[in-house]
Amino acid sequence: MTEMLDKLAASFQFPIVRYAMAVGVLTALCSSLLGVTLVLKRFSFIGDGLAHVAFGATAIATAVKLSNNVFLVLPITILCAILLLRTGQNAKIKGDAAIAMISVGALAIGYLVMNIFSKASNLAGDVCATLFGSVSILTLSTTDVWLCIGLSVLVVAVFLLFYHKIFAVTFDEDFATATGTRAKLYNLILAVVIAVIIVLAMNLVGSLLVSALVVFPALSAMRVFKNFKAVTISSVIISVVCAAFGILISIVADTPVGATIVAVDIAGFFLFSAAGLFTRRVAG
Amino acid sequence: MPLLSCQNLILGYDGKTVVSNLSFTVNAGDYLCIVGDNGSGKSTLMKTLLHLKTPMSGEIQMGDGLLPEEIGYLPQQTVVQKDFPASVREVVRSGCLNRCGIRPYFNKAEKRAADENMERLGISNLAKRCYRELSGGQQQRVLLARALCATRKLLLLDEPVAGLDPNASADLYALIKDLNDGGTTVIMISHDITASMKHASHILHIGEQNPLYFGTAGGYTESEAGRRYIRSEGEQT
Repeated sequence: MTEMLDKLAASFQFPIVRYAMAVGVLTALCSSLLGVTLVLKRFSFIGDGLAHVAFGATAIATAVKLSNNVFLVLPITILCAILLLRTGQNAKIKGDAAIAMISVGALAIGYLVMNIFSKASNLAGDVCATLFGSVSILTLSTTDVWLCIGLSVLVVAVFLLFYHKIFAVTFDEDFATATGTRAKLYNLILAVVIAVIIVLAMNLVGSLLVSALVVFPALSAMRVFKNFKAVTISSVIISVVCAAFGILISIVADTPVGATIVAVDIAGFFLFSAAGLFTRRVAG
Repeated sequence: MPLLSCQNLILGYDGKTVVSNLSFTVNAGDYLCIVGDNGSGKSTLMKTLLHLKTPMSGEIQMGDGLLPEEIGYLPQQTVVQKDFPASVREVVRSGCLNRCGIRPYFNKAEKRAADENMERLGISNLAKRCYRELSGGQQQRVLLARALCATRKLLLLDEPVAGLDPNASADLYALIKDLNDGGTTVIMISHDITASMKHASHILHIGEQNPLYFGTAGGYTESEAGRRYIRSEGEQT
């Protein structure tokens, strides 16, 4: 036990580990905020789809040797998010099919581009890092950290400012529109915020596991709590705690960060399911 | 000046006409029931009145200073709402959103309005309960309270008693009648012709040639369309 604590204490001597912790916690916080809305709107898979788009965009950015690929990845992902959420209502290709199409399409093209243009010797390693998150997120530069902090503040601010509007649009879009709330605008804002979150979270857990970060905390919270505010707040807490634990465990046990965080999230889900069953037994 | 008047409306989707040449007016204080067979365009008409759909041609005029967003709406339940974690208070308050403008949070007056409407519909004791765990009748009351938060002038109800047991239906009809007596104009889509005849002041029967009937509820039983419809409904039940 003391050995583990020593190892942790030693790790936190490095500023880079502290950065990783900060980025991890912030990312977890942001991704859980909109999880509730996405799950309820039946858009659980949009995270997956967008993350694959981000993967494709990353591959292209790497191929054309951009210094910081966020500036290409973010706009492309936002564009796809808007396309997906807008076509949700009345498109020829329905929501889930559209997500599947864009998701696997982007994945294939991304891998293709990487294969053709990348001269790196460690191609498989690069692909693996983008799909499952960096083996450790310890490669973060200070720019990455500040970018992450900036985007997180933006996401939280948007969420707080539009909290009631997001609730109304999620609960009943028709009613909101009919009584004069600009549902289309708020859907657009949601799409942009979701895209930002996905790009943020990709660094941490990689594009294959992003959905877990979005969906698990929301589902866990919904097992136990029964109003929107409580569900939102508790899903944020669950997500942050799980991410912090995951990162600590991965430092001690030398496991991949992304996968460890998701494993902790899964454990959290079972814990809350059990708690939900228990409270229902007691109440009813 | 009528509250709402429709001139030569043609409604439809994907280029297919569902309702053609529909004209009718609604005055303040009216209780209009829209009846017709399945697929006759009742819901399409309602969505058009709510500005969720644009008519293929014709126009809808709002009078008496009624703004487009001053229409309270009681929709049919959606799948999303079946497992939505929201308290009754949160749902009712969301009806006040159109008064907020760009202000992000509700002020005291709006919170009070929500409380008053819950009081009025007898659901104050449910305020902290979870919406999805309520009975069908209670859920409809919650959505009605939300609609009242949005406006007192005009309510559009889309088959409000669908899926309710007879007692809950009767309660809800009485409540709607109360609101109407209090000055709220009501437009309701209904399958229940007996209840419509009992409560409504006007009937609009839409079908292939429009309108098959538009006029007072009393005159409907005398009309050709009314007699046929009432008889066929009587045979079904």
